[in-house]
Amino acid sequence: MPELWSDYIWPLVLIVTHISVICGLVLLAVAYLTYFERKVMGAMQRRQGPMTVGPFGLLQPIADGLKLFSKETIIPSQANKPVFILAPMVLFMLALVAWAVIPVDYQMVLADINVGILYLFAVSSMAVYGVLMAGWASNSRYAFLGGLRSASQMVSYEVSMGLVIVCVLLCVGSLNLTEIVMAERPWWVQLLLLPMLAVFLISILAETNRAPFDLPEGESELAGGFMVEYSAMTFALFFLGEYANMILMSAMTVILFLGGWLPPLGIEALAFIPGFVWFVLKTTGVLFFFVWARATFPRYRYDQLMRLGWKIFLPFTLLWVVVMAGTLLVFDALP
Amino acid sequence: MIQDVIFYIFAAVLLVSAVMVISARNPVHSVLFLILGFFNAAGLFILLGAEFLAFILAIVYVGAVAVLFLFVVMMLDISFGDLRRGAMKIAPIGLLVGLMLLSQLVMLYMAWDAAPEMRAALELPIDESVTNTEALGAVLYTDYFLAFQISGMILLVAMIGAIVLTLRVRPDVRRQQVADQFARRPEDAMEVKKVTSGTGL
Repeated sequence: MPELWSDYIWPLVLIVTHISVICGLVLLAVAYLTYFERKVMGAMQRRQGPMTVGPFGLLQPIADGLKLFSKETIIPSQANKPVFILAPMVLFMLALVAWAVIPVDYQMVLADINVGILYLFAVSSMAVYGVLMAGWASNSRYAFLGGLRSASQMVSYEVSMGLVIVCVLLCVGSLNLTEIVMAERPWWVQLLLLPMLAVFLISILAETNRAPFDLPEGESELAGGFMVEYSAMTFALFFLGEYANMILMSAMTVILFLGGWLPPLGIEALAFIPGFVWFVLKTTGVLFFFVWARATFPRYRYDQLMRLGWKIFLPFTLLWVVVMAGTLLVFDALP
Repeated sequence: MIQDVIFYIFAAVLLVSAVMVISARNPVHSVLFLILGFFNAAGLFILLGAEFLAFILAIVYVGAVAVLFLFVVMMLDISFGDLRRGAMKIAPIGLLVGLMLLSQLVMLYMAWDAAPEMRAALELPIDESVTNTEALGAVLYTDYFLAFQISGMILLVAMIGAIVLTLRVRPDVRRQQVADQFARRPEDAMEVKKVTSGTGL
């Protein structure tokens, strides 16, 4: 059966290899994101950060990983076991599957689907299940409160994120991520998108439960939030999922606003540097913003967080969709 | 061939999870099975080539509606034993309603006749050059514009209604007035006095 081999098995092998390479790279990036975060925060707070394991502490993430692997996984006796174990797996898996549609360079993507941005939005909106399931299944007050907080927080900020994405799509005219990056944007459209970039950056902090919006795990009142009952490998999956989500959201920002793999500011002279290098550099820039925000701002109060999401961002982004659409229509710049 | 296999996998998981929604002992498990069902329905849409519908299903139902479901069900404080005993009491009525609905559906199916234009439309070849999203938008914002707007209005009314029903005006609560806080100046709040030593105010 030669067709079977050439039509099914060979493509399958190719895709599986491709997927494993992507997962491996994302996991490596996650490991070194923790190192990056600790080093940058160390520098901001005038201390050294990790520096004893390996040269400049470069092997620290690996040591941390090994430590978590070798610890004992504890499952509380009153926990709802299947859901308790499923929750970290869901969170971690969702953080990885989203990478299927991220184009790191022109044509360098696993699945170049028509509705790439919808796929990303769908996957990122499902991360809340991992948190909610963990909070409920732990059968603990702290964890449950953390889960509830996270659910309302993520759902609230998704609304304004959706409207921000609509603004970008208005001047692109396609849901395909490659076309979003390649779309021509005159300088005044860039200028109009600038406030949306600010809203989006703040929203992704809330969406990934990062400081200053890390209320679901706020240790000062919730003792660690939804993952208080998790230990060892299950905890590590949450941790990896959270950081993988940070990288994913940064990549999304880069694709939507910062021109993806294209050289910055459209400088042709820089085009000799391969596209994925630019993509990685820009993503690192957004990740730096994550760390910077964490080192700078104190945690928000919960009602302030909700007020920001519903009473400020939602009306503002809604208004801006109208402004964008009107401007593009008047200047005849709709794609 | 492989499409058929995938179809049967999705369909089987969808049916099994639909059964589990009504038979699971724990309501939270029911909602989780419901979510699994939504996922598999989205998978079926993708097999049909309706990727836009598939992702809208995933975003709206899985990403928003089911989250609220889960949210509410998790906060319910109910004893499952009582619930089960209570359910047995009203089981005959439930069965009756179910049978009526089923017979109505069967009757409807037997009397079903699609509009002749639809038959003709079904036979038209699918234009591969137009994406799903474009095709939907082209009819939704032209031919069905009025229906689309009216459905939006209905949802708006429902939203306002829900807010009005649950709004409780509590006069004894002191809320944070952010505008007032920003409007407050140091001169309003404090007074600087020069005190000579040994005299006091």
